[in-house]
Amino acid sequence: MIIADLFQTLIWIVLAGLAIGSGVAMVVQRNPLYAAISLIGVFISFAGFYLLLGAPFIAAVQVIVYAGAIMVLVVFVIMLLNVEEEVRKPLRLKFLIPAAIFGAAILFAQAAFIIYSVGASPVRVPNADAANSQIGLTKSIGTGLFTDYLLPFEITSILILMAIVGAITLARRPTVLLLVEEDYDGKKHVERRTLKIDNI
Amino acid sequence: MFDTNNPLLIAGAQFLGIFLAFNAVLVLTAYLSLVERRVLAVMQGRLGPNRVGWFGLLQPLADGIKFIFKEDIAPDKATKFIYILAPFIAIISALMTLIVYPFGPVVTLPFSETFFGAPVTFPMTVARMDVALLYVLAVTSVGVYAIALAGWSSNSKYSLMGGLRSAAQMISYELSLGLSLIGVILMSGTLDLFSIAEQQGGWFGMKWNIFFQPLGFFVYLISAIAETNRVPFDLPEAETELVAGFHTEYSAMKFALFFIAEYVNMTTVSMLAATLFLGGFQGPFVAEFPILGPFYFVAKVFFFLFLYIWLRGTLPRFRFDQLMNFGWKFLLPVALLNIILTATIAVFFYSR
Repeated sequence: MIIADLFQTLIWIVLAGLAIGSGVAMVVQRNPLYAAISLIGVFISFAGFYLLLGAPFIAAVQVIVYAGAIMVLVVFVIMLLNVEEEVRKPLRLKFLIPAAIFGAAILFAQAAFIIYSVGASPVRVPNADAANSQIGLTKSIGTGLFTDYLLPFEITSILILMAIVGAITLARRPTVLLLVEEDYDGKKHVERRTLKIDNI
Repeated sequence: MFDTNNPLLIAGAQFLGIFLAFNAVLVLTAYLSLVERRVLAVMQGRLGPNRVGWFGLLQPLADGIKFIFKEDIAPDKATKFIYILAPFIAIISALMTLIVYPFGPVVTLPFSETFFGAPVTFPMTVARMDVALLYVLAVTSVGVYAIALAGWSSNSKYSLMGGLRSAAQMISYELSLGLSLIGVILMSGTLDLFSIAEQQGGWFGMKWNIFFQPLGFFVYLISAIAETNRVPFDLPEAETELVAGFHTEYSAMKFALFFIAEYVNMTTVSMLAATLFLGGFQGPFVAEFPILGPFYFVAKVFFFLFLYIWLRGTLPRFRFDQLMNFGWKFLLPVALLNIILTATIAVFFYSR
């Protein structure tokens, strides 16, 4: 179907423009809230790419986790702290400019090489039939996670658990108070008291 | 004559379906506001709006015209771009979930055999997605931004307080909302809403999930009311403390967009509750007469909408610390308990 392909390409172009545009806006914006909103735009257009590639599960999870949970907290913090717009300061680390240009050149070269080698390789990946593919569906992802990729999955969950424990430890760090009292004959009595968040 | 598998034809049919669903729900929400005012009036021993048209039936139209012609004021110190963006996020994220709900069973298009040569059957839903439930959660989770950004960008203390409150409330209750659905997912083994509704067709159309998941239903109902910011969880717009909360500074059509979004959210949340727990379009005689399906579905949705209005006429508002304690220390453990119970029972008694 030529027309259906055309539509798909059109949607791809719109999503690509949105992704690149919001990505650039995120870096350029001086207002932190505008930057956060641009980042949400990047996440949502990425979800669109995943949909086009026939991976609806990844797309939904991308929006739920990144746009729905993490960025809400970022926006929440920006609102609470009422972060001001950055003021443009004179550059201090001048050597970073050529370094950035050099890094960007390497990045572009890598991208060009990848595009070239994919185009030149004789092995053609059969055009992914997004509508009929079973790979991106919930069932195949679940089966994969709990059979072939069980060890990486469990290691990742342990990492997340460690992060949660760390966050709780930091939030509940006890404050030690040293209460020093002096008697009439000059003898010092020291008492240690620990304050926890929920005791205050 | 026609190739019924033509993707363009399917896309056109889906476009028509989206158009019908959006307009039906928007008209429904317009009249829902009238119904709410009339029913509340009855509960409080008043008359309610009954002047425009017969029994006030043209009141939503008059309200709409008033919203369009009012002056659109934006605060001087508002962050203009975000101030304008917020109501659009609200209405888009509210309406986007409509496309996955199953309004009826698989039906055959009448007279399709004479036109197309073969009977055309289709499920009465716009899009059958593999991840429909996750899609609903994803789109509604974006709706938090509308309230938070509206509160922040208005540059008003009342708005900011309302926005912060609602962001905290919606993040907290989204958790128990998502967890309360896992029991149903474990039972049905799919995320496709249409399949979930189809599986509840046993027992003469009464094998509804609520009989197996009473705890899940209970947690879902409470968190859903909190997610839509309705009484008794309407702290973001507590008028006695915060004027009107996050939409204090909004006027004319921008305010109307928030208003419509709230009512659309109520409708979609009721649709999800009906689909997941009350069997969706299932009911007696649906297997014999599929056309009954949409009527059962709409009746169940209306029941939940009436429940919303009933609660508003009955309950006082929570205090903010009570709200947070209730969400984190009661609803979340109950939702987790429901998952453990369902998983344990599923291991022993289900052979799927």
